Amino acid sequence: MVTLIVDNKEIETQEGSTLLQACLDNGIYIPNLCYLNGIEDPPGSCRLCFVEIEGYDQPRTSCRVKVQQGMVVRTNTEHVRRLQKTAFELLLSTHHVECRNCPANKKCELQRIAKFLHFGLKLKRLEPLERDIEVEHEHPFLEYIPTRCVLCGKCVFVCRKRNGQPMLSFAKRGFDTVISFFGENDKPVDVCNECYACAEICPVGALLVKDSPNTSNPWKRGSFNDKGKCQTPLK
Amino acid sequence: MNLKSKETLIDVFASIKTEAEKRFGKIKGDSNQNIFIGMATCGLASGAIEVKRAFEEALAEQKINARVISVGCLGHCYAEPLVIIDKPGFPPILYHNVTPGKANLLVKAFLRGDDPVFEHVLGAMEENELIPTVMEFPRFNQEKRVVMGKCGLIDPEDIYQYIAQGGYSALAKALTLDPEQIIFEVLESGLRGRGGAGFLTGKKWQFVEDAEEKGKFVICNADEGDPGAYMDRAILESNPHQVIEGIAICAYAVGAKRAIVYVRAEYPLAVKIVQKAIEQARELGLLGKGILETQFDLDVTVFQGSGAFVCGEETALIRSIQGQRGMPQPRPPYPAQTGLWGKPTVINNVKTLASIPPIIEKGGKWLKGIGTKKSPGTAIFSVVGNIVHAGLVEIPMGVTLRSLVFDICGGVPNQKRFKAVQIGGPSGGCLPEQFLDTPIDFDSLTEAGAMMGSGGMVVMDENACMIDVARYFLDFTQHESCGKCTFCRIGTKHLLDTLERITKGKGRDGDIELLEDLSIDIKEGSLCGLGKTAPNPVLTTIEYFRDEYEAHIQEKRCPAMMCRELTAYYIDLDKCARGCDACVGSCPTESIFTTRDRKKAIDQTLCVKCGECMTACPSEYDAVRKVSPPELAPKIARPEEG
Repeated sequence: MVTLIVDNKEIETQEGSTLLQACLDNGIYIPNLCYLNGIEDPPGSCRLCFVEIEGYDQPRTSCRVKVQQGMVVRTNTEHVRRLQKTAFELLLSTHHVECRNCPANKKCELQRIAKFLHFGLKLKRLEPLERDIEVEHEHPFLEYIPTRCVLCGKCVFVCRKRNGQPMLSFAKRGFDTVISFFGENDKPVDVCNECYACAEICPVGALLVKDSPNTSNPWKRGSFNDKGKCQTPLK
Repeated sequence: MNLKSKETLIDVFASIKTEAEKRFGKIKGDSNQNIFIGMATCGLASGAIEVKRAFEEALAEQKINARVISVGCLGHCYAEPLVIIDKPGFPPILYHNVTPGKANLLVKAFLRGDDPVFEHVLGAMEENELIPTVMEFPRFNQEKRVVMGKCGLIDPEDIYQYIAQGGYSALAKALTLDPEQIIFEVLESGLRGRGGAGFLTGKKWQFVEDAEEKGKFVICNADEGDPGAYMDRAILESNPHQVIEGIAICAYAVGAKRAIVYVRAEYPLAVKIVQKAIEQARELGLLGKGILETQFDLDVTVFQGSGAFVCGEETALIRSIQGQRGMPQPRPPYPAQTGLWGKPTVINNVKTLASIPPIIEKGGKWLKGIGTKKSPGTAIFSVVGNIVHAGLVEIPMGVTLRSLVFDICGGVPNQKRFKAVQIGGPSGGCLPEQFLDTPIDFDSLTEAGAMMGSGGMVVMDENACMIDVARYFLDFTQHESCGKCTFCRIGTKHLLDTLERITKGKGRDGDIELLEDLSIDIKEGSLCGLGKTAPNPVLTTIEYFRDEYEAHIQEKRCPAMMCRELTAYYIDLDKCARGCDACVGSCPTESIFTTRDRKKAIDQTLCVKCGECMTACPSEYDAVRKVSPPELAPKIARPEEG
């Protein structure tokens, strides 16, 4: 076990654990979107989980830091909050805020972070950015809404974990990056195992299961696990 | 290495060298006439192929026996196509801006007759009594060529020319040393990575050498992508063997058996030349299995990058080779620990690796004697933009910007004033006149808010609008952002949108502060070097040209009169000549009309501000004016028809 001090509080954690996981395990919330417990080589792409660590000039993303004995960490400095708020505001500027019509309402990770940062869901200094992307309708039972997506990549990760290789992935580059379904011969229907792990893990309601006789929407049904399809634990 | 194999190595290399000298002697022989034509990409672009053909045809027609040899780039882009004619009885003479017509003339006058055609001579390449040497010009004599010493003087596709001029002897020497000794020399030289960040090369090598894991890699990063930078391309096209030799020495020092040259596919000539060079080196036993009959094996291959700028970032480059999306990974772990396919990997820039052979040959102390204490050696810049003698310049570190721009490169053309210099490509910064005395080295440039970068340098004159310059570079980085991390993906888009708004006259109070705040957060929050440096052009232009931002935002005025939405053209009726209609035909939108007293005026609602009328107006009238803000243009009503 390793002991470290976070916000003047001593916490204990497993050796080899990431700093973010150690904090979360000990009830210290740090905003995060792209991190999953057990994820190998965290992508560190959402840039929310900044903390200040004694001995380092600049805040660091806690998902990429392994705990060390005696580490002194602060999660709520002004510097950390400034970066978190900017990152959050940037994400918000590409996110269509229509909580009332969103199936993720009240479960949405963005709402949670907004509340935690006392930021609200309105843009303060930035203008909303429109992305010229069409909603993916091709998939037989999944719907992707890019204007909600925060590109955390959790869906890609769980799909790979569940199915050996991901059946959806990042496509395009830069500001145009989206999640895209693909498979052999580009026919998503052939390869998707209908496990819906992607829709279940999506923190913002950007991946939905279409209403159809054969499928049901996990967001509508509350807990997805009821359906009994998520038998592989996400570690 | 035991004594016997050391002796074999020396013998083997000696015989290769003898062969090379023999072959080179045949070319350079006393009675031979040689014509060397610069045929790197820059030369080709300015017409070297036609010049070469013209030489060949003229030689055949005149029945003159002379060899036409393609060489690489001398770095003097302003004078391309460049030709060196080496005729017995004369020093080798360098001719500039050679056209097919000049080629014809040179064959007739110089090769047939004995007239060197002085008016086209740039200078002689050697001391002589007839013609002033090029070394009398600052563009030549203030340079210090360590890396580019042989560029433009040898045929890159003939390995023997490189060997005859001392090439690969550093590798032969290195193989007689212990890896630790090589790393010691590199450490002692103080060489810092020339890719931009300036990390100590020897230290990087040391990390990889120390790693116990087998299957190490050496990667030469030739994914040069900064707008206006082409140093790596020129080196690979002009002297690929010096880079390959550096790679081989590095691989031997760190214990790697495989090396990859990562060249962007947009450099087709460089790819071809490097591939050929690798093949030639392999044939001579300088690469491959049992190099120079030692136990050292090295397999070098070329990997073509597909054009993503971010793949020049080392972790993205590695992922790209592995067949994944070219997206950077957070460091640590560094490639020296976990690199390509998880193996310890050295990634060095082309210029870094090309600096290695001279270090091994002359010793680390020698390089330390060049440049400054903290940044030893030379720096290569591609100086472009509003500059008289544009091209590649290799200077010792520590030379001031002023001396580089004005003394070496001839300053700003057309009697215009110097305004700023943009260093370090899209990640760098714009430095104004007051920074001209900054010495060029890693630390001084970073302190000034720019960075060494890989060596792109754009000189701008008084006509450059600094907001437009920042917008240009942001447009580049924003397009090249891989899209992985929030700050770079979305933040740069906001920066670009705000800058665009300002250049269109829609700037608002608070925009400057927004740009500054966002820039600082993007710098601190981004995952990789692309995002961490992308706001630099914005921050430096705000810092040094804040008044221009304020003029754009508050007065809707572009001081450089470059932003179209903020300028207008009008015709000065006092100067306009009655009856003249030179401007009318030049206007693409028919916005010029005749006033009641038969002079001309511009209909501002139709004008697209192309400036053609200004060019067309005869200089004796000089009646077209450009103003900013556009409201300054007097409004003249079009007379009613009939």
